[in-house]
Amino acid sequence: MIATQITPDFSFSPRVDQVGIEERAARFTKRSIKNETKINGLKLALNMIDLTTLEGKDTDGKVKQLCYKAVHLLDNYPGLPTVAAICVYPSMVKVAKTALGNSGVKVAAVATAFPSGQAPRDVKIRDTKYAISEGADEIDMVISRGKFHQGEYNFVFDEIAAVKEACGEARLKVILETGELGTYDKVRRASDIAMYAGADFIKTSTGKISPAATMPVTLVMLEAIRDFYYKTGKRIAMKPAGGISKSKLALHYLVMLNEVLGEEWMNNQWFRFGASSLANDILMQLMKQKTGVYQSPDYFSID
Amino acid sequence: MAVKKNNTIKLKFESARNLAPAPESKSAAKINERYDLFINGKFEKPSNKKYFATINPATEEKLSEVADANAADVNKAVVAARTAYEKTWKKTAPKERAKYIYRIARMIQERAREFAVIETLDGGKPIRESRDFDVPTAANHFFYYAGWADKLEYAFPNRNAQPLGVAGQIIPWNFPLLMAAWKIAPALATGNTVVLKPAETTSLTALKLAEIIQEADLPPGVVNIITGAGETGAAIVNHPDINKIAFTGSTAVGKIIQKAIAGTNKKATLELGGKAANIIFDDAPLDQAVEGVINGIFFNQGHVCCAGSRLYVQESVYKIVLQKLKDRMETMIVGDPLDKNTDIGAINSKEQLRVINNYLKIGQQEGAEMYQSSASIPTRGFFCRPTIFTNVAQSNRIAQEEIFGPVLTIQTFRTDDEVIEKANNSPFGLSAGVWTDKGSKIFNLSTKLRAGVIWANTFNKFDPTSPFGGYKESGYGREGGLHGLGGYVSFV
Repeated sequence: MIATQITPDFSFSPRVDQVGIEERAARFTKRSIKNETKINGLKLALNMIDLTTLEGKDTDGKVKQLCYKAVHLLDNYPGLPTVAAICVYPSMVKVAKTALGNSGVKVAAVATAFPSGQAPRDVKIRDTKYAISEGADEIDMVISRGKFHQGEYNFVFDEIAAVKEACGEARLKVILETGELGTYDKVRRASDIAMYAGADFIKTSTGKISPAATMPVTLVMLEAIRDFYYKTGKRIAMKPAGGISKSKLALHYLVMLNEVLGEEWMNNQWFRFGASSLANDILMQLMKQKTGVYQSPDYFSID
Repeated sequence: MAVKKNNTIKLKFESARNLAPAPESKSAAKINERYDLFINGKFEKPSNKKYFATINPATEEKLSEVADANAADVNKAVVAARTAYEKTWKKTAPKERAKYIYRIARMIQERAREFAVIETLDGGKPIRESRDFDVPTAANHFFYYAGWADKLEYAFPNRNAQPLGVAGQIIPWNFPLLMAAWKIAPALATGNTVVLKPAETTSLTALKLAEIIQEADLPPGVVNIITGAGETGAAIVNHPDINKIAFTGSTAVGKIIQKAIAGTNKKATLELGGKAANIIFDDAPLDQAVEGVINGIFFNQGHVCCAGSRLYVQESVYKIVLQKLKDRMETMIVGDPLDKNTDIGAINSKEQLRVINNYLKIGQQEGAEMYQSSASIPTRGFFCRPTIFTNVAQSNRIAQEEIFGPVLTIQTFRTDDEVIEKANNSPFGLSAGVWTDKGSKIFNLSTKLRAGVIWANTFNKFDPTSPFGGYKESGYGREGGLHGLGGYVSFV
């Protein structure tokens, strides 16, 4: 539970200056990450990935292959970590859970009428409970963006709190779908609502809307997490999702994380990348660092 | 709102500072063992045969040696500039002048990397800044004023703007190439010729610029670049055949120049010291405001005349701003200026480090509380950690005098009127910053703050199109923009 029982008036969430936040985010990309810092960063990024498949055409077979990949990223490179989790629809949780066994890789399920969230609350709760009963370790919910835009902050807050309750022990990621919020001020406000309502993670995007995660949006959310931590003593995790497919960008995100929240957040308990193709780009970079030459993408399995 | 007080919470940023070295290669920088004076289109030995060493402030190693010009050399340069003015430059069609200035701009761009590396080696500033700010902005100044050269009748409609003649220009060590560009570009665009003296600790990029000017085939004598210290500068100021003095530097020297040229026909533009107030209101976007404070005072090690060195924070957000500021300072990397990750490089000279350290002592003796980040600093070279003083009074010397280093004083205020009065309570008036979400407050403050430049929700932003200059003891005249042309013309 949150340390304070008092809920702030979210219309007074701190404001964000657009020019300033974008300049600050760009500054992180000026860091030059080399040698051992790069290798450690790439391995850490691999270990932070929520390997994702969220398609209507997902099948047991596809999910099983992805689960195998999650544990065996590149067997001819010894010492590599696994990814953090597999992220699937609730109907695929059991398949994933079985396939992953005791590998330590978690199963995250998107729930609450993902990706639109346009469903009554009881449907969302049932969706969540179903995913939990199938064995999900983590739930990725979406907020009701329509209600948020209508200024119904209490509705959004209560819904998150209700889903959190339905999650039980599972960790709750709250997707703000920042691409639909429109301004950094609103990203900040939605972040505050989610954290005070009980989110364990705040997450940028479903991956179904463009733009998905961007560095400035993620920075707004990291700053919200920092302020919340100072106020309440409670750590919240962060998950940018969608649009992060290159190692270099992933390293920029890690630089940003390290400089905003510090080294205690630099692990997959407190930070994740929601991504499907990032893992292979990182593997290619790691092989390049090791052998000095780039290898063909055909040497890296796609699932 | 009632919140749990938790003073034990502390974020850890050590790993954010410990990145693997990412040094920029020195191979781009070709530095001669010795540099002569650039007079009348040629490099000439100084008449007294004297040279002085220029060192890398990050390692204290000698980089090169440059000529020490005496009064005879200055005279030679002024004669060359006068001859070039009368015989060539004032008769050159404005469109042709523009071509030369464009050419200089493009050649700076072509050799941007070399300029950046040398600027960093000679002056100590981080390569990130010389690469991303100093060199591109210098090129932009030449581009911008090249555009004006044949449009002066539009700059001054219905007035006949004529060049002044020979301009004597003396520039400081904090932005060596950029200040040379600020001075030379508008002078050439308006048809003047130039004798320029860079600061003695940072002569190299101005001499590299001389090489470019030579390659660009600028008529001999239009730009002369001579090196030396205070005496050389005095010889320029006192030379009878100079029409205009453009000086950027300390207020103390500015006063000497004013005395020296009093009663002469010399025009002057003086861009002197500053002690800028940076004001954070409680409705400001605080994280961005803190970033603005960081850029305001730690940019270029605080060696910036318009640095936001006096921070005023509205009392209701003082604690949170201080906490954010300290966290942000913890992530700053201090060290090798050539490393691409360095945020704060070397203090420009041993003397300047002594001055800064002396102010740190004074501040503590005055009862202010000093806080420095825990960044490690190299054992060789001249370095200073980012420093803030809290518990500062308006009457403290550290809050009144220009320190010219990475040192910030922080005071609180309650009302708008109070902060306006405190911000204006300074002999300087170069720049100020206002941070608030409220547009009307910005307009109110910007009309009442007595400073030449006022930034709203940003700080230390420069653009060739924007005029820059001071009030009160921060000098007079404007550089940059349309206004920057005005200092180099007379109306007949």
